[in-house]
Amino acid sequence: MSTLLFFEQMLNGLQSGIMLFLMAAGLTLIFGVMGLINLAHGSLYMIGAFAAATVAAASGSFLLGLAAAMAAAAAAGALIELVVIRRLYERDHLDQVLATFALILILSEGTRWMFGSFPLYLDVPALLSGPVTLPGGIQYPAYRLAIILVGLAVAVGLFQLIGRTRIGIQIRAGESDREMIAALGVDISKLYTAVFALGAALAGLAGAMVGAIQSVEVGMGEPILILAFVVIVIGGIGSIKGALVGALLVGFVDTLGGVMLPMVFGLFTDASTATTVGSALASMAIYVLMAIILIFRPSGLYGEG
Amino acid sequence: MTDALLHVDQVSKSFGALRATDNVDLELRRGEIHALIGPNGAGKSTLIKQIAGGLRPDAGRIMFMGQDITDLSVPRRAQAGLGRTFQISSLAMEYTVFQNVMLGALGQSGTVWRFFRPVMKDQALRVRAENALEQVGLSDQSGALTGELSHGQRRLLEVAVALTLEPRVFLMDEPMAGLGGEGSLRMTGFLDGLREKAPILLVEHDMDAVFALADRISVLVYGKIIATGTADEIRADPDVRQAYLGDEVSA
Amino acid sequence: MGREAIVNTLIFFALPVVSVSAWMGDEPFLITLATRAAILALAAVGLNLALGLGGLVSLGHAVFFGIGGYTMGILASHAQSYAPLIEVPFLIEGTKSMPVIWLVTVIVSAFIAWIIGVLSLRTSGVYFIMITLAFGQMFYYFAISWPAYGGEDGLSIYVRNGFPGLNTLDPLQFFGLVFCILAVTLWGMGRLARSPFGLALNAARQNAERVETVGLTPFRLRLVAFVISGAVTGLAGALFADLNRFISPTMFSWQLSGEFIVFIVLGGIGRLYGPVAGACLFVLLEHLLSGVSEFWLIYVGAILLLVVLFARGGLIGALAGREVAHD
Repeated sequence: MSTLLFFEQMLNGLQSGIMLFLMAAGLTLIFGVMGLINLAHGSLYMIGAFAAATVAAASGSFLLGLAAAMAAAAAAGALIELVVIRRLYERDHLDQVLATFALILILSEGTRWMFGSFPLYLDVPALLSGPVTLPGGIQYPAYRLAIILVGLAVAVGLFQLIGRTRIGIQIRAGESDREMIAALGVDISKLYTAVFALGAALAGLAGAMVGAIQSVEVGMGEPILILAFVVIVIGGIGSIKGALVGALLVGFVDTLGGVMLPMVFGLFTDASTATTVGSALASMAIYVLMAIILIFRPSGLYGEG
Repeated sequence: MTDALLHVDQVSKSFGALRATDNVDLELRRGEIHALIGPNGAGKSTLIKQIAGGLRPDAGRIMFMGQDITDLSVPRRAQAGLGRTFQISSLAMEYTVFQNVMLGALGQSGTVWRFFRPVMKDQALRVRAENALEQVGLSDQSGALTGELSHGQRRLLEVAVALTLEPRVFLMDEPMAGLGGEGSLRMTGFLDGLREKAPILLVEHDMDAVFALADRISVLVYGKIIATGTADEIRADPDVRQAYLGDEVSA
Repeated sequence: MGREAIVNTLIFFALPVVSVSAWMGDEPFLITLATRAAILALAAVGLNLALGLGGLVSLGHAVFFGIGGYTMGILASHAQSYAPLIEVPFLIEGTKSMPVIWLVTVIVSAFIAWIIGVLSLRTSGVYFIMITLAFGQMFYYFAISWPAYGGEDGLSIYVRNGFPGLNTLDPLQFFGLVFCILAVTLWGMGRLARSPFGLALNAARQNAERVETVGLTPFRLRLVAFVISGAVTGLAGALFADLNRFISPTMFSWQLSGEFIVFIVLGGIGRLYGPVAGACLFVLLEHLLSGVSEFWLIYVGAILLLVVLFARGGLIGALAGREVAHD
């Protein structure tokens, strides 16, 4: 494989990894602070994408669409937290899974009711629609590069938030001892709503940005959600650093695997078998990776235990 | 030495810089109640966990009836005859009292891999379970839900389940905790009679019970055993007085 | 008879009563619907052993359903085309005999359940939930990208498989076959719940530490439960494939895994007949509501949410009251 292709795939892997990180960070925060497993996170991703598509089409501005995505997702997140999620903190995981699964049904079908079954289109902003020439002569789509940069910026911002601000301290304290921070006078309910809305906003942002390269349709969130679960299992639940490492790992393995495995098989068998077998195995690659990591580290790379 | 059923041999455990267990040597002899006392934070729970099997020592061995059990898992130690009760009652809360003791009897009998016969019809298990309940005085609570028992009754149930294992040795972590005056008296009387069946290593804070029951006492301070002896010897020991008893106990 | 036993009897006879009435009224569609409910019930009964009794929240149990379906599909399609599965190192030909297919399905499902169980049961809590979900997805994507058996479009099996002595194409006879399997499985599960194994497994769900201190190993108990559970759900998958004469990757989907759990919770978790009640209720709702609105799943979601938040005992809990401990 040419170096050019390799670097392009690496960048694609980085891009998909960083978007996964936005999903995984929200999930792992929500689990770390509130002890809640949230299946509806994929729906928040979808809501972000739909909001972006609608607002961008109406206003002609992609940026406005992005802002709308984060606002809509955060608002939806806050609403869901206040009405439903709140009642689940004390419940066991099964109840949380079921209730959030119910939310997926309601939100997905609700979106389909509002927007119909056909996908919406979100256009890449004209400014970024061309390629960019990187050092080394590699041509790479400007938009994807922008996604990577935005994602990295958000990651840095998140680490700063968690590490340096007061709310960050509350979050970190909440992760280790929920009862203690309540005893110290922190307003738990506001903190929880804020954390949930933050996670939702991240998901919405990811949905909007990816929505421009893939399509905006009902059910787009769930495959990403499940990948995000794999990420936090690999990284260790509750760890943002783990989410980043896990997301990048999964992004690279998924992207590179999809390209390289058929190539590797192409050395042994004919082209069509190689593509078939290669793609089939590539689709399983991340799960195999997860299984291997779990054999040696049942709590993930950075998890406790 | 030949009389020691349980021998904790130079066991040590550190958590980072904290030496939770420091070269502890402890023996449990046939027919005795051996109390382990010490101030809070002395490392009693850590030591008990290592003996019971939830925690692996960094150094040293734990010998049980001549067998090195240091590497054995909790279930294997239970099968070997190590009975244990917990500081915070650990029972199947949705089960009835009887179901909990049946569980104990089942564990001991090794017949868990049966899929088609109703366990409640197994006479051998029932007899053992009923026996255990009778010994602790809970027979009339047989059908009660464990979650609805009083604190003292749960303690007794814990002991009953341990009894069904027909253990060679008992490891009891604060059995008096939370019991009122009358409950404590009853438990003390019960433990007194129990020592004939199997020696007891007793972790306790309740000094009245300790001095009433214990044949020997070991004092654990900052992970180290600073003294082992009879009640009188311990009461008189200056190191112990200084570290722990203070002026509360008059000789 | 206790209230729960009465409710169970009613639920048990509901399906055959519906089928026979439909047969008498010449409405074969209803018989098919009842068969569908019975098969989905069987799948959920399998899950209930792991979930209700064992406390294992397996969010990927559709993996076994899919394995069952694809085992049937592979065996049957090779029989249809007269091409053997493999010739080297030994000859394996396809078959269209149901008993053989079921035997193979149970073995394959149990084996895969053993592997997934060994890997997943080392973890607990949320990790376990996510891992089982992930394994389900793995098989789903694999099935999509494997063109030999239809890939994303699925594979049709034109002729229903055969069972000695029966005309399996006749809806009522096929229903009878499925219902017998369900009945036998329910009987087996009932015995299992009351057995020593059941006592220990249920105890491990409530308090694993306690189980260890009586000398039993929760991991082994759970693994065995998971394997049996996977085998039963796998069998249901093979039957489902036969009902529809069609296999597709959606049999592996996470939505289906979620639905199995929904059946159990709607019916009453941990109750022997919970999955049956839940599956019947769900199929009924699906049938009634989809005529009313295209977006009927919103109502299902709302009902599920209300049940989870306010009516935890499910249908059987509401009808039969508290569970009676067997003594």
